[in-house]
Amino acid sequence: MGCFLTNSSLGRKLVMSVSGCFLVLFLLFHMSMNLAALVSADAYNMICGFLGANWYALAGTAVLAAGVLVHFVYAIILTVQNRRARGSVRYAMTVQEKGVDWASKNMLAIGFVVLGGLALHLFNFWSKMQLVEIMGGHTNSLGMSPVDGAALIEYTFSQWYYVALYLVWLAALWFHLTHGVWSMFQTAGWANDTWYPRLKCIANIIATLLFVGFAAVVVVFFIKSLC
Amino acid sequence: MKFTLKIWRQKDAKAKGGFQTYTVDNISPDTSFLEMLDILNNDLVHKGEEPVAFDHDCREGICGMCSLHIDGRAHGPGTAATTCQIYMRKFEDGATITIEPWRSAAFPVIKDLVVNRSAYDQILQAGGFVSVRTNSVPDGNAIPIPKADADESMDAAACVGCGACAATCKNGSAMLFVAARVSSLAKLPQGRVEGARRAKAMVAKMDELGFGNCTNTGACQAECPKAISIAHIARLNREFLAAKFED
Repeated sequence: MGCFLTNSSLGRKLVMSVSGCFLVLFLLFHMSMNLAALVSADAYNMICGFLGANWYALAGTAVLAAGVLVHFVYAIILTVQNRRARGSVRYAMTVQEKGVDWASKNMLAIGFVVLGGLALHLFNFWSKMQLVEIMGGHTNSLGMSPVDGAALIEYTFSQWYYVALYLVWLAALWFHLTHGVWSMFQTAGWANDTWYPRLKCIANIIATLLFVGFAAVVVVFFIKSLC
Repeated sequence: MKFTLKIWRQKDAKAKGGFQTYTVDNISPDTSFLEMLDILNNDLVHKGEEPVAFDHDCREGICGMCSLHIDGRAHGPGTAATTCQIYMRKFEDGATITIEPWRSAAFPVIKDLVVNRSAYDQILQAGGFVSVRTNSVPDGNAIPIPKADADESMDAAACVGCGACAATCKNGSAMLFVAARVSSLAKLPQGRVEGARRAKAMVAKMDELGFGNCTNTGACQAECPKAISIAHIARLNREFLAAKFED
């Protein structure tokens, strides 16, 4: 049974669907956690404390990294196969088909923007928080405590270029999820003509919720830094 | 009406092809697209030139033989119509029309606008059938089938196997074709019994022939001349995954 997940097109797609679903659930958790920073720096730092270099947080981080890796590696494999299947001679003329979303045809490119944003995010936060703790340090490169997440947010989003880059990243994530969320139901076989409009509506709601939730923290802290 | 045609010409499967430009004049707006190509070929034959090779048969939208990628769209500027159902009144007088063969690695060009679509036949041979003895036509309603199931089965069975789905798909995926075949049989009691075996065999053959992986863009259903829904792809996914998890 295990092998159809690698050697069958439908199996490989199921891996994309399930790993994508896992990443969306993680994003929903992360977004809810971030919102605490808007209410209280102490509350946010308490959550950061729970998720420091504890064994469960490290195990969670490892599973999450594996999820991202699987989703990325499969995306590359699928795209290479798809380009080969398309053939070497391309159409001289193409049009955008009716009812086909732009995002659905550009998932890999959008995915690369998301991945770039993730790299920036790991540099901005993870390398200054959990990584410092794993290495046994008590202050990060900015001279802050690695568990003082609230101070790190305040510092990062007081710089306009990080604010701009994070908003671009979140916009790319929005596009990626408007297709990805309903698409994972379709791949798992859990869709029909009645449910397509509903699933697409749910996808738009989840994508927008995540965008607004994440962007709120970025924008609010930027505005606070100006005042 | 007068048209400039940019047509893909390719001597044979191995030759390198390219576009050639032709002009056709005095075309009635009620000429079908294929008749317009017949008129062009007539002119070419009179001039002693090689006529343009293109596939066609019934010319009433039911055989699935005509193909052609016209102005960037499989089967041209119609909705739920094959190339033979397109009339020249759909185009502006004096327009330049680009005509290409299906582009998909699994559909190699044989000559000019003709491609080899036998890959679809091979997928069908892998499992797109019922292996019970059907004998003569049974009495109507001898096997009770809910109307909704019969309707869905018939919607899927409308597939003519023209290849527009794989030709349109940016991934060269044959999923809509395979899904239509699996779905039309899966919804009927006669086909249900072999459902699991059929889904696995047809998907395996589709992968083996080098078709791509579906990414749910929905471009196939937008260009399908029979307007077959990607809901059938969801059913194929269900059939296949259920069969695999049962193994």
